Amino acid sequence: MQDQKLAKQLMKKSKTARYERFGHLLSLSALLLIMAIVLGIIIFIATKGLSTFFRDNISFKDFFTGVIWNPGTKTPSGQQAVGALPMIVGSFLVTILAAIVSTPFAIGTAVYMTEISPKRGAKILQPVTELLVGIPSVVYGFIGLSVVVPFVRNTFGGSGFGILSGTFVLFVMILPTIVSMTVDSLKAVPKYYRQASLALGATKWQTIWKVVLRAATPGILTAIVFGMARAFGEALAVQMVIGNAALMPHNLVSPASTLTSVLTAGMGNTVMGSLQNDALWSLALVLLIMSLLFNLMVHFIGRRGAFKK
Amino acid sequence: MLNTKNKSDRFIYHFNPEETEITMQTKNLEVYYGKSLAMHNADIQFQKNTITALIGPSGSGKSTYLRSLNRMNDDIATVKGQILYQGVDINQPKIDVYEVRRRIGMVFQRPNPFAKSIYGNITFALERRGVHDKRVLDEVVEKTLKQAAVWDQVKDNLHKSAQSLSGGQAQRVCIARALAVEPDVLLLDEPASALDPVSTQQLEQTLRELKKDYTIIIVTHNMQQAARLSDYTVFFNLGEAIEYNKTRKIFTRPKIELTDDYVSGNFG
Amino acid sequence: MNRTQKQSQIAILLLRLIAALVVLILAFLIGYIFITGLPNVSWKFLTSPAKAFTAGGGIGVQLFNSIYLLILAMIISLPIALGASIYLSEYAKDNWFTSMIRTAIEILSSLPSVVVGLFGFLLFVVQFNYGFSIISGALTLTIFNLPLLTRNIEESLASVSDDQRQGGLGLGLSKYETIVHIVVPAALPGIISGVILCSGRVFGEAAALIYTAGQSAPALNFGDWNPFNIDSPLSPLRPAETLAVHIWKINSEGIMPDLTQVSSGSAAVLVLAILIFNLSARYIGRKIFEKMTSMN
Ligand SMILES: Nc1ncnc2c1ncn2[C@@H]1O[C@H](COP(=O)(O)OP(=O)(O)OP(=O)(O)O)[C@@H](O)[C@H]1O
Ligand SMILES: [Mg+2]
Repeated sequence: MQDQKLAKQLMKKSKTARYERFGHLLSLSALLLIMAIVLGIIIFIATKGLSTFFRDNISFKDFFTGVIWNPGTKTPSGQQAVGALPMIVGSFLVTILAAIVSTPFAIGTAVYMTEISPKRGAKILQPVTELLVGIPSVVYGFIGLSVVVPFVRNTFGGSGFGILSGTFVLFVMILPTIVSMTVDSLKAVPKYYRQASLALGATKWQTIWKVVLRAATPGILTAIVFGMARAFGEALAVQMVIGNAALMPHNLVSPASTLTSVLTAGMGNTVMGSLQNDALWSLALVLLIMSLLFNLMVHFIGRRGAFKK
Repeated sequence: MLNTKNKSDRFIYHFNPEETEITMQTKNLEVYYGKSLAMHNADIQFQKNTITALIGPSGSGKSTYLRSLNRMNDDIATVKGQILYQGVDINQPKIDVYEVRRRIGMVFQRPNPFAKSIYGNITFALERRGVHDKRVLDEVVEKTLKQAAVWDQVKDNLHKSAQSLSGGQAQRVCIARALAVEPDVLLLDEPASALDPVSTQQLEQTLRELKKDYTIIIVTHNMQQAARLSDYTVFFNLGEAIEYNKTRKIFTRPKIELTDDYVSGNFG
Repeated sequence: MNRTQKQSQIAILLLRLIAALVVLILAFLIGYIFITGLPNVSWKFLTSPAKAFTAGGGIGVQLFNSIYLLILAMIISLPIALGASIYLSEYAKDNWFTSMIRTAIEILSSLPSVVVGLFGFLLFVVQFNYGFSIISGALTLTIFNLPLLTRNIEESLASVSDDQRQGGLGLGLSKYETIVHIVVPAALPGIISGVILCSGRVFGEAAALIYTAGQSAPALNFGDWNPFNIDSPLSPLRPAETLAVHIWKINSEGIMPDLTQVSSGSAAVLVLAILIFNLSARYIGRKIFEKMTSMN
C-alpha cells in the first residue's frame, strides 16, 4: 500500500518536468529558426536567381561567357546583353590578387607573433589585428577613395579606379582575418616539434620554415580561404574604388566591376520581376554559390588538418 | 539474517527485509558508457539511518554507482536493472526524475556553491518549487545551516557570496543546500577530498549527526574515514561490488582476499 | 658565421619588418581617420541633420538611426541567439542533426553581408511590405548578427564549470532552470562582452542595410516620441540611413560642397564608436579573467 502511494507520487509529472520540456522546446525553436533562415536565404535567392534562366530564357552560356552587361538590351550580335563574365572575372581577380598580396604579410606577421616575439605579439599585434578586423568596410572604402585611388592615379595614370585599388583595399581588409587564424594554427603545432628540430641543429628559420609552417599548412590554407571568402563577398569597400564599369578589365588600373559592386549599384534602379532585376539576382546567386563553395573548401581542408582541436 | 555467498570471489551481505528497514536497493544494475560496461554485479541494500561507505581503487565504478542511485547518470550513461527506493523501482521512464533527485540529494567532490549569497544558495531550489514565504525560507536556512554545523560561522553574513567561503564552509553550505529540499537519502561523492584535515573531521561529525534523520551513502578514498564513519562498507573493484559487509568486518576480517589487500594497503 | 645562420638572421629580420609594417598600416589608418576627421567633429555636427546640396550638414539623424537600429537588432537577436546557444551548448547531442545545424550557422556567418541584405530586401521590404524601414533594417541586422552572437554566447556558456550544472541538477531542478538561473548568470560577463563585440560589428555594417533600412534619412521630429507617427524618431516604418550607409552614400553620389569634411568626420565618429565598443569588451573580458583567476 505504502509503496503504491509512493509510486504514484513519483510518477506524477512534476512542474519541474514541465519547465524542462518548455525550455527544451524553446531553445530548440530558436535554433530551428536560424536553420529556417539559412534555408530561406538559399531558397529565396536561388529561386530569384534562376528565373533569369528559366523564366526569361537566358542561356547559361550567354550569362557566364558573355562580356556585355546591359540587361534588357541586345548585343550587336543579337543576343541578350546579360554577359556576367566581366563581373565574375573582376571578383576573382581582386580576390586572388588580394590573397596573393596578403598571404606573405599575414604569415610573416603570424610567425612573428608566435615564434619570434610572442610577448610583443600578444601585447601589440594581437590588439592591432583585432582593431583592424573591427574597422567597418565603409571606412576602408572611404580611405581607399581618398588615399589609394589618388595614389594609384598619380603613380600609374588613368582614373585611379580599378582592380589595383580594389586589391589594395581588400589586402588590408583580409589581412587581419588571415593573421588571426594563422596564429591559431601555428599555436596548435606542438612545442616538441620545435624543440626536436632545434635539437637536431636546425636554425630558428629552418625550424619555422621546414617544421612549423609545414605542420600548420592546413590551418594556414583554411585561413587564406577564409580571407578569400571575405574578399569575394565584400561589397561597399570594393564598390567605392573599383570604378563600376561592367567591362572586361583590360589592365589593373582601368575601371572594372565585381559581382558585389554591380549588385549594390544596380539593385535600386531596377523593377522587381524585370529582366534587368532578375539578372542582378543571378549575380547574387553566383555570390551565394561561391560562398558555399568557400565553406566546402574550408571543410575539406579542415578534415585533412593535422592538429584539429 | 541470511548471508549469501554468491561466488567464491565476491561476498555481498543481505539484510532480512522483515527485520530491517531498507531505504534503497539495487538489483542487477548495469551501467554502460556508450557500449562499454562500466559497472555491474552490485546488488546492494542500504539500511535506513545508516552510513554506507563505498571504497575502491580509482576507476572502480564508485561514482558511476552512486550517480545511478539518483539518476544523475541519465544523460551520460545507459543504466539497466532495478533501483528500488522504498520498494519503488525508480529506474523506469515513467518516474519523474526531478522528484527522485529531490528525495535523493547529492553532494559533490568539489564544493560547488552557486554565484549567489549563502541564503540564496539554500533557498534557490525551494523558490524554484514555488516557496516564497520569507518566514518559511528563513526557518529553512537556519535549520539546514545548523544541521550542516555551519550556522555559527555564517549567520552574520548570510547575504555574503557563498563563493567567498572557505572550502570546508562552502561544502557545508552545499550540504545545507541539499537538505533544504527535504531529501531522505544523501549521496556524497568524496565530499572531503578538497578539505583540510580539521574541516574533514568536522564534516564527519556532521554526517554522524545527520544519520539520525537521513540515509547516507558516501564515496571515499580515505580508508580511515570509511572505518571511522560508516556502519557498512562496499568494496568496489573493476566495476563490481566485491564485498559488502559491516564496516567492522570489512576492516578486521574481510571475507575476500582482494578486500584484505586493498584495506591493508598492499593492493596490486 | 655560416651560411644557414646568416640566412636565418636575414629571414627573421624580414619577419620583424613585416610585423612592423602591419602595425604601421593600422597606425596610418587610425591616424588618418582621426587627424582628417576629428577636426570636423563638433557638437553641432553630431546633432544637426544632414544637408544634400549645401555645406554645414551634420549627422545627427544618421547617428540616432545607427543607435536605434543597433538596439532594436540586439533586442531581437539576443533571445534567439541565447536560445540557440543554450541548445547547442547544453542540449545538443553529438549527432548528425547537431552537425547539420552547426554547418548552417557557419554558412550564415560566412555569407557576404550584401547577400544577407538582399534576402532582407526580398523578405521584409518586398514580401512583408515593410518598405525601406527601421524594422526591415533591424530584422536584417538580426540575421547578420545571429551566427556570431550565438557562437560567442555558446563559448561563454561552455566556460562555466560543469560543477555548477551538477549542483543544480542534484537539487532536483530541471536542466532548463539550472541553465537559466545558474549557468547563464555565471556566464554573464562573457555574454556581455560578446554582445558588445557584436554591437561594434552591427554598428559599422552598411551593405546589409542599403536595401533594407534604406538610403535616406528624412528629418525627424525629436519632440514626438510616439512610435506610431511617421516622423517620430521611434517610428519603425520610416526609412533610416545609418552613419555607415551615409559614408558610403555621400562618397558614391554626394554633391554637397563639404563632402570631404562630412565624410571624414563621419568616418572618425564611426571608428571612434567601434573603438569604444572594442575597448570596453576587452576591459570586461579582462575583468572576468581576473575574477576567475582570483577565485581559486
Ligand atoms: N562520463 C564517462 N564517460 C565514459 N566513461 C566514463 C565516464 N565516467 C566514468 N567512466 C569510466 O567508468 C569507469 C568507472 O569510473 P568511476 O568514475 O565510476 O570510478 P570511481 O571509482 O569513481 O573512480 P575515482 O575514485 O577516480 O573517482 C572508469 O573506467 C571510467 O573511465
Ligand atoms: Mg569517483
